Amino acid sequence: MTSLRHSSIAAIIIVTGVLLGASGLVAQAPDRSKPPTPGPPPSLTIPATEKRALPNGLPVWIVEQHEVPVVQIDLLIKPGGSADPPGKFGLASMMADMLDEGAGSRSALEIADAVDSLGASLSSGSGLDLTTVRLHVPVARLADALPIMADVALRPTFPDKELDRLRSERLTSLLQSRDDPASIASVAFPQIVFGKTHRYGVSTGGTSETLRGITVADLRQAHERTFHPKSATIVVVGDITADAILPQLESAFGGWKGAAAAAPTPVAAAPQLTRREVVLIDKPGAAQSQIVVGWVGVPRTTPDYFPLLVMNTVLGGSFTSRLNQNLRETHGYAYGASSTFDMRRSAGPFYASARVQTDKTGEALKEFFIELNRIHEPVPADELTRAKNYLALSFPRRWETTTDIAFQLQTMFTYDLPENYFATYLERLQRVDAAEARRTAQTYIQPEKFAVLVVGDLKRIDQSVRALDLGPLRTLDIDEVLPK
Amino acid sequence: MQAESPKTAPDLKVTYTQFTLPNGLHVILHEDHSVPMVAVNVWYHVGSAREKPGRTGFAHLFEHLMFEGSGHVKEGQFDELLEAAGGSNNGSTAPDRTNYWITLPSNSLELALFLESDRMGYLLDTMSPDRVNGQRDVVKNERRQSYENRPYGLAELTLDELLFPGAFPYHWPTIGYMDDLTAASYEDVVEFFKTYYGPNNASLVIAGDLEPRAARALVEQWFADVKRGPFVAPIAPPVAPVVKDVVRKTVSDRVQLPRLYLAWVTPPHFDPGDAELDIVAALLTGGKNSRLYKRLVYDLQIAQDVSAFQQSQDLASAFYLVVTVKPKDKEAIGPEAMIARVQQVIDEEMDKLRTAPPDTRELERALNQLEASFYRRLEAIGGFGGKADQLNAYYTATGNPDYFNEDLARYRALSPEDIQAAVARFLPKDRRVELIVEPQPSKK
Repeated sequence: MTSLRHSSIAAIIIVTGVLLGASGLVAQAPDRSKPPTPGPPPSLTIPATEKRALPNGLPVWIVEQHEVPVVQIDLLIKPGGSADPPGKFGLASMMADMLDEGAGSRSALEIADAVDSLGASLSSGSGLDLTTVRLHVPVARLADALPIMADVALRPTFPDKELDRLRSERLTSLLQSRDDPASIASVAFPQIVFGKTHRYGVSTGGTSETLRGITVADLRQAHERTFHPKSATIVVVGDITADAILPQLESAFGGWKGAAAAAPTPVAAAPQLTRREVVLIDKPGAAQSQIVVGWVGVPRTTPDYFPLLVMNTVLGGSFTSRLNQNLRETHGYAYGASSTFDMRRSAGPFYASARVQTDKTGEALKEFFIELNRIHEPVPADELTRAKNYLALSFPRRWETTTDIAFQLQTMFTYDLPENYFATYLERLQRVDAAEARRTAQTYIQPEKFAVLVVGDLKRIDQSVRALDLGPLRTLDIDEVLPK
Repeated sequence: MQAESPKTAPDLKVTYTQFTLPNGLHVILHEDHSVPMVAVNVWYHVGSAREKPGRTGFAHLFEHLMFEGSGHVKEGQFDELLEAAGGSNNGSTAPDRTNYWITLPSNSLELALFLESDRMGYLLDTMSPDRVNGQRDVVKNERRQSYENRPYGLAELTLDELLFPGAFPYHWPTIGYMDDLTAASYEDVVEFFKTYYGPNNASLVIAGDLEPRAARALVEQWFADVKRGPFVAPIAPPVAPVVKDVVRKTVSDRVQLPRLYLAWVTPPHFDPGDAELDIVAALLTGGKNSRLYKRLVYDLQIAQDVSAFQQSQDLASAFYLVVTVKPKDKEAIGPEAMIARVQQVIDEEMDKLRTAPPDTRELERALNQLEASFYRRLEAIGGFGGKADQLNAYYTATGNPDYFNEDLARYRALSPEDIQAAVARFLPKDRRVELIVEPQPSKK
């Protein structure tokens, strides 16, 4: 990024001018001896957010986007499943899922019919930190769709029979998770890193055991606890103006009252892993092994956010990243490999993962650790610059569609990011240097303490994994991971 | 709530200019300055339908090699240069075409044109058997990841073998058979490139933050030295296979729940019947009130999921209906009985559509959903399904890049009787493929 706003830029503008002048002349063979140098980076005008509020205090953030006659309206409420009581993990997720299964005077089928007939899409859901009700609708049908959205958010009826139906669907879906090594790993890895009693150790949607225990009374309670105008914000993006949308929002959400909700207790920080351990799960006949290695990462509010972003882009966050180049391009062991810091309000997991061909499982695992160790060495300047440029220059892409823009504002709301967050984003990326990248790698990537999970055909991979001697090794039964 | 039919058709106009270079490359430009990005999208009019026996999967393996460097781009540099410029890229292969896209900040348009023109003109200069071997391994792992190791993945490969028997070029999977991937050679790469990858067999769309005159000058500059390839005759249109009766097959997989696939050979993309069958799919499985979802998943709860879609293709389309069946709560029932009862409901519901038109409100609901999907398709310039990709798709299929309104009009023109007629004619009960996946008995 640093190289992009300097004096060389003027020269490039002149080159572009010459090309323009050449239009219409007989084209000559281009000079292919080196790649063309990019012109000065275009400036992105981040769409202005107009911040208003309804008389009941509900904030409304509006971004006008008149390209296509659609509008997206997201009701965002903090938190989500992170507030699930012990023994009821999955409650927020089920509550959110149930919102459109009966609301106001409409049944589940009537809601779906009304929404579908308007060409709208209305969805509700709950992650760990956020509960959402989202409407995407052609602007001409907004007035008809908005009252349905308000019913779904504020007046759900939680019918018993719909809870039974959704519960059965989820239990079946958990059963089906056993079919796929990637699904098995996505349940098992958090259990290994956080433990089954920590909220982050269990999927947002819950377990078969917790799902069986959820009642309609639980749903009502969770709804009352979560849905307060003071914990919420409405984000509007699309072909509409603030003055046009506010009266409509007021008639839909203006009557929503509620005392200030008690600030949710954040999820307690999980104890960090202290020694490397290998866990194997058998998946007989699997053509590939799912590998996941990692430990407890960082919260979204970490002061090291930007250096981590850059360091992880080098390690496994892009196509040219080291893990992908090594596992895919150099060795051909996998279709792809990556690493992720899953940042939440409290520290979520860091993990590197790939699906590797069964007969190369040991070799692939060895390469994982080579890269996880090599990231502790200083990152060469060109590699660091490429990672920073990639992040900085692709930033405008996040502001393209109504959904993209709404997502940016959602992140800001969920994690209480400062007003100047986007305005200073590029500058903060630029400031990351090799020393900082190295420091964060050394602090947050400690492969000798990682949990190593391999889901695959044990009779074919067991030996090659043991031979690496990565640490104590145990086998986990699928029934422990995904109890029926 | 009564949803009204919109009285005025939506305006879906996407403005463009187009021209053809002396070497035959057709170029389409579309301006959209909403973000300072441009999308560069190339379609080569070749796909897995052109593959020779013993070389299935080759068009897709070849697609992978297009990212590995060319005459003036070192191995690995394609992605490095693009990432350093803030760009992203990908490609995909289908039976009828292969597409490539690059989306990047508009100041780097020239870089994208350099890369695209270099691999169009000079791919073979640095091609080597080693490079082929490297991507062969990657593609084999793609096959393992997307099919062999994915629940029901192998059944999906079997389905088209049954539906398009014999030499019909949709018989084999685009991902290819493992043995054929092993057999693919460097010589095959040379021949395929020389035959199909000339500029005269491709079309280029640039959409986004561009000034058409300057963009045209850059295209003329960078593609000027790319040599025309041999004329590519349209694929000899084989007679679409006729499934003469019920073709039923049962396979087993490492899955928990049985699944039933029903499939029919249907009219090609944009032929009469094609739009009707998109709507039929929506009436059967689009949303909670759709006929099959409501009965199987919502009311009876004897299926975990159900979906239907018309896979529109150049030579013949396919209509697929996929349903994962399950026991009711605590019910002891075998896979065959679970499949049978679901199949009976499907046949009942499809018989209703074969013998009576849907009501107008039901049709309107499906049409309004479809119309909304057209709006969504206009929001992004790049990537798969972005505006650049769609302009190329419409140009390739119809000769008119801005075919959005015409495409939507196909659906708006349909009457309830048209829908009924399409089900009766194209989705008969006694001529179809029925593929059943049963769970492998547990060896524990």
